[in-house]
Amino acid sequence: MIATAQAYAAAWGARFRASLQYRAAALAGMATQLFWGLMRIMVLAAFYRSTTAPQPMSVEQMVGYVWLGQALLMMQPWYIDREILEEVASGQVAYQLLRPLDLHAHWVCRDMANRASAVLLRAVPLCIVAGMFFGLEAPPSWGAAAAFAITTLLALAVASTLAAAVAVATMWTISSLGVRQIVGTVAMMLSGVVVPLAFFPPWSHPIVQNLPFALMMDVPGRFYTGALPISALPLELLRGLAWLAILTIGGRWLLARAKRRLVIQGG
Amino acid sequence: MRDALSLVIHYFGASIRSQMQYKASLLLLTLAHLAATGMDLLGLAVLFQHFGQLRGWSLAEVAIFYGLTNAAFSLADAVGTGFDRFGTLVKSGGFDRLLLRPRATALQLAAQELTLRRAGRLLQALLALVVASGWLGLRWTFPKLALGAAAVAGAACLFAGLLIIQATLAFWTTESLEVMNTMTYGGVQAFQYPVTIYDQWFRKVFTYMVPLALTCYYPVLAILERADPLGGPPWLGWLSPLVGPLFGGAALLLWRYGERHYCSTGS
Repeated sequence: MIATAQAYAAAWGARFRASLQYRAAALAGMATQLFWGLMRIMVLAAFYRSTTAPQPMSVEQMVGYVWLGQALLMMQPWYIDREILEEVASGQVAYQLLRPLDLHAHWVCRDMANRASAVLLRAVPLCIVAGMFFGLEAPPSWGAAAAFAITTLLALAVASTLAAAVAVATMWTISSLGVRQIVGTVAMMLSGVVVPLAFFPPWSHPIVQNLPFALMMDVPGRFYTGALPISALPLELLRGLAWLAILTIGGRWLLARAKRRLVIQGG
Repeated sequence: MRDALSLVIHYFGASIRSQMQYKASLLLLTLAHLAATGMDLLGLAVLFQHFGQLRGWSLAEVAIFYGLTNAAFSLADAVGTGFDRFGTLVKSGGFDRLLLRPRATALQLAAQELTLRRAGRLLQALLALVVASGWLGLRWTFPKLALGAAAVAGAACLFAGLLIIQATLAFWTTESLEVMNTMTYGGVQAFQYPVTIYDQWFRKVFTYMVPLALTCYYPVLAILERADPLGGPPWLGWLSPLVGPLFGGAALLLWRYGERHYCSTGS
């Protein structure tokens, strides 16, 4: 049991350290995201100035929400560990199947490590710059900060489980680009990165809030800015854990089926 | 000149044939591209249903901006793939091969690939233009149609110029600079809205440095027959698309200059 845990931890650590090597790319990415964030804020602020009706979040909360959306961009499941996909495409996955580790758990672990390092690398400097110059404020209370941290961790797990399921799905299609792009696009829209979910038409709220995508940005973002009271935490946790269970079971079931009809390409 | 044209047609033919080898994949990718760009339009619609209007602009009017900018970008993007990937060509030393051929390198790069899946964006831009025109009851008289075509062509030249500049920088940096994406993809995103909604510094950048405002904003004002809220003269939109070819030409000169400074990385 301990040996297995150590193996997963080692896979996690190796992945995390490898991704930390690409600092220049992270810096360029950060500059790009600052630009996008500023542009989004200007557009939304212009919309705010076009109406006198009361809004579901204040301008300050909207600014914080947009910056968190940029900071958590790599959390979105359009980003999937490239090596996993290459393993499937090249047939390397056969070696992975020989290892005395559970493939699904291994994939989720590696994807989580990659995702966590990608998010941290971008989020920390971005939040510092946005906080100093571009109106990102600290959470209104310690409770809000804690709720944000907890839901972000849960979002990480859910996103990686979803990514693993998508990776399994590519065992059928070989070229995963189409599937990944569609999942990614849907995720961007339904997580609130493109438009805050609060501005969606009211009839769509019960649907959108119950999908796993809301957890990946909207929920942590609203906890952070205080637009969502801490009393909502138990419900959000319940929803997140339910999705985690569904996606884990679904992904494992899919993988079991894929393994039965697996044809390894190449020799 | 005729020789160059037949060469381009030859290259494009080869590119199209090679993409047609994977028909299902091409279809999926085009659909994915359509969905990805369609999300922007959906986001626009969501914001308008919540806020009603944007500083005096209606959804249909903004959709005209959206359609024109996206049509122009899709055209530039379809021939710009060679420039977009130029960094890897320099890194691998593959550019030496292009230099050996008795044709202009810029021509060879532009002809390298005609990316068919970009048709997704074009299709959707044209659809937005048609639907929005019907909604507004916009009468496309001949002068307006000519102006619209000139604006799309001008903006396409400008976007192509940006892609060329991005590639030119790789002569010095060997690495494609992701930051330039803020001007290309960021520019498309920004000019889906009338430029008046942005802060002054942002408008200045996109009027004087990268004159997208002249190709994507003023002509649309003339087509919609609206006075410029910023006080520009009404004839401006009828002349300003000309700045596109000028910008593209300047980018080509810069390219020639950069080419002379090219130092091969070796094979």
